[in-house]
Formats: sequence, structure tokens, C-alpha cells
Amino acid sequence: MIHQYQMNGYNIVLDVFSGSVHVTDLLAYDAIRDYDAARKSLSLTAAAPDSKDNKTGTIGEALPKDKVAELIEKISSEHPESSKDDIRDVFDDIEELIAAGKLFSEDVFRNTSFELKKRNPVVKALCLLVAHTCNLNCSYCFAAQGKFKGDSGLMSFETGKRALDYLVEHSGSRRNLEVDFFGGEPLVNFQVCKDLVAYARSIEKEHNKNFRFTLTTNGIGITDEVIEWANKECYNVVLSLDGRKEVNDRFRVDLAGNGSYDRIVPKFQKLVESRGGQGYYMRGTYTHFNTDFTKDIFHMADDLGFTELSMEPVVTDPSSPSALTQEDLPILKEQYEILARDMIRRKKDGKPITFYHYMIDLQHGPCIYKRVSGCGSGTEYMAVTAWGDLYPCHQFVGDEDYKLGNIWDGVTNTELRDEFKLCNVYSRPECKDCWARMYCAGGCSANALHATGDIHGSYEYGCELFKKRIECALMMKAADGSL
Amino acid sequence: MKHIMTLETRDMVESVENGGCGECQTSCQSACKTSCGIANQACENNKD
Repeated sequence: MIHQYQMNGYNIVLDVFSGSVHVTDLLAYDAIRDYDAARKSLSLTAAAPDSKDNKTGTIGEALPKDKVAELIEKISSEHPESSKDDIRDVFDDIEELIAAGKLFSEDVFRNTSFELKKRNPVVKALCLLVAHTCNLNCSYCFAAQGKFKGDSGLMSFETGKRALDYLVEHSGSRRNLEVDFFGGEPLVNFQVCKDLVAYARSIEKEHNKNFRFTLTTNGIGITDEVIEWANKECYNVVLSLDGRKEVNDRFRVDLAGNGSYDRIVPKFQKLVESRGGQGYYMRGTYTHFNTDFTKDIFHMADDLGFTELSMEPVVTDPSSPSALTQEDLPILKEQYEILARDMIRRKKDGKPITFYHYMIDLQHGPCIYKRVSGCGSGTEYMAVTAWGDLYPCHQFVGDEDYKLGNIWDGVTNTELRDEFKLCNVYSRPECKDCWARMYCAGGCSANALHATGDIHGSYEYGCELFKKRIECALMMKAADGSL
Repeated sequence: MKHIMTLETRDMVESVENGGCGECQTSCQSACKTSCGIANQACENNKD
């Protein structure tokens, strides 16, 4: 399977299963398009397994010679400016790439997903909801200000300590263990966060583990003490800011309805400035009210001096006024292109910014197991409530049907865990013909559930945006290659 | 190749053999919290 598209003057061909990315001229772009159509019309799949270098069956079958001759004639009539020799060269190149398993490669990874199912589940990441309460009252909050449709409350040190012990006990040979302080607003329960980190540091050596802590905060509770602690202990901090003051303050308000921008921005700037290059993200949410969200990203970069940026579409009830609409979709796609083009310019100017969804490392990115299995919710990754209940991830908290167990008794709803274990790119029918599936691993189960009522479904709107972001990210790689 | 430039990418077939250590970051822990993208996760085991 291939995916072809043109963006920002680049002709790009993605070979889905090998992950190869080809940047072509228009002649080769059209030749590959016709070659693909001809292969489909002949229902060609894998080359014979005994053919040279094709033991794994990944190499696709090339077209018969007479068919290639037909295509050369067709392309020749469409590209009179090119010589026949040139066009023959293009088809030779295509067949060279096919033989190398880099074009029209076959999907040989289905069995990988079966291997994953057989594995004993280990837990390597927990999202600790240390505070089911918040000092802001953002109306679009999927966590309902931390209450997750339930009661408010704070995690005790004893509960958090047990959660960390549970993680160590169930992490097998995994060394890197991730813990996110989340809520609600975790800094409402800062003392427990501090005590839990101190406890983790006291046990990690004896268990040969490396705890990586993340703090996700709205900024209200940031003090000098928090900054010092976060910079010393947190591998990553996620700082919630929606961009321009009027955009941020539309939703991100305190309990009295006052905007938070003026209070949080100086704190975020101080924290980031003193972070000494350690990981952070400014993390915003865009809604129907700011479909021009690149202005918010550029505001954070140009006016506030932040360079590590993330901006996510709102997750909310479709009937909410802030929900994104079908009419918004083309506008949002254009925004992602604007962002990509601007980031290329910034890089050329020597002042690059990072956008979370455009970070793709083609050479050292995820292996096929990660690409097939995805985020690991419900198996490797779980959320822990303030009372010690386990859920597949933070987005399922409060939905009793999705309670997995608790940190004292472990996962007791093993049927549900097994359902999540089987949740991968091959378990979602809508992903079968999607070119982007090796980049999203089938997408978010929580989004799928909310959109379709089934964790094996697909959140189509999110898919559209995701595909656009991947196209933009790959185009930026093409631009890198041609700088 | 005159007409096609291929960007260098990780060999997915090879990663069946040398991947799967599981040490990489859980994608939702990093910044998004509301979607699933695994393409931006760095491999912790760059031996291949």
C-alpha cells in the first residue's frame, strides 16, 4: 500500500508497510500513481516467497514487462517534455525500489499483533490522579474539573505509595517507569507529589528501576518551590495554556470566572527559563472558537518565548458549542499546513520551534511492535484514582464499566484487560485500508468509545486531523532533505 | 536516482527481530493526553 500526496511543492510517496518516504519529481509521481493502479487492476500482492531476498514476503510483485511498456507510452503522452529514456529510467527506479522492499511492500506484521496478544502484561506507566479537584473551572474539561463525573478528593500518600509499589511489582524487567501527576490539578496536592517522588527515589535503585515523572499543571499553583522541585525531579512538565489571552481566558477561568492568563504566563515563563533545557511542553486545546489556532501557537512562540509546543483538538460532547464541526475541518487542515510551512521557515532562519505532532524521527522512531500496539492503555498504562481504583487510562476514569480493579487487589476485571490487550491496529475494521495506521497504531480507544460506543471503533474526525498532521510532518522531512 | 529521493527510514521488517523492548515512553504520557500518536515517540534502543 502506498499513499501519495502533494504539499508545499513537494510530491511525496509513502510506502506504508516499509515506512519508506520518497520525494519525487512530477514524472516519477505520475509513474508511481499509474504503476500502483496497474498493480491493483491485476490484483498483484507479494512476490514469490522464493524470489531473491524475499524470505519474509515483504517484497511486492512487479508488473509484467508488457504492462510496463504500456505505462511508458501513457506517461510519455502525458509528459511530452520528457524523453523515452528518461521515462524508462523512472520505471527502472520504481522496480529497483520494489525489489528493495521500499515500494509496494506487503504487510507482514499481522503476526506481530498475535505475538503481542500472547505476552504477559507488564505495567510500565501510571497516570496518578492525585487531585480530583481543580483550582480552575475550565468548562471544556474532559475530566470535569478533576471530578470525572464523580466525587472530588485528594490522593493520600499511602495510596500513592501503594500505586508506586504496584507499578514496581508489575513492571517485570522494564527499567523505565513513567508516572504522571495528573488531575484535576495535581499541585493542589503538591506535598503528596513531593513525598511520592522521594519515596520512588528511595526504592528505585534496589529494584533497578528508573522513575520518570511528569507533571501536568494549569500553572496556578506554581511557586519557586514547585519550580525547583519540577526541575530537579520531573523528566517532563506539561503546562496548560491555550495561547492568546482572549482564547485562553474564554475557558481557562477560576471558580469566580476570572481568566487565568495573567497569573499563569509569568509562572510558566519562569519555570521554563530555569529548566535548563529539560523537557517541557506548552499544551493548549483548540475549540470551535479558535479554529485559527496557529495564531495561538505563534503567540506562545513569538510573544511569550516558548519553543516546545503542543495544541490538541478539544475532546467534548458534539452538542457543546465549543465542539469542532464538519465545517471547521477544512479550516483546521489548512491551519496545520500553515504551521508546517512556518516551522520550515523558522528552521531556515535558525529559530526552530517544536510542535509535538510534527516530531517524527524516521530513522530511530518506534519499532513495529510499538506501531502495532499503540499507547498500551489498559495493559502497560493505567490511571489510578485518588482512591486507588485502576482504569485503562485517564479518559476512562469515572466510567464504572471500565474499572479494571485497584492497586491493592490488582487487575480483577481480567476480561476487560484482555479486551484492551487485543486492541491494536489490526483489531479496528476501519483501519484496514488506512495509510496512516502505522503512525497512530489504530488511534485512541477512549476517543473511539466516545465516538462509536466501542473501543475497537474509530473516531473519524480525529483520524482526519491525524492524517493531515502526519502529511505535514512528512512534508517537513522532505523539506529537511532538500535544504 | 534522478527522479526519486528516498529519505532514510528505520527498517520495519528488521525491527520485528530487534524491536519490542518496551522501554519507550507511553505516548499519552508526554503531551497529548487526548489522542494517540506513536510516530513521535523516540526509540530507547537504537542498536539497529
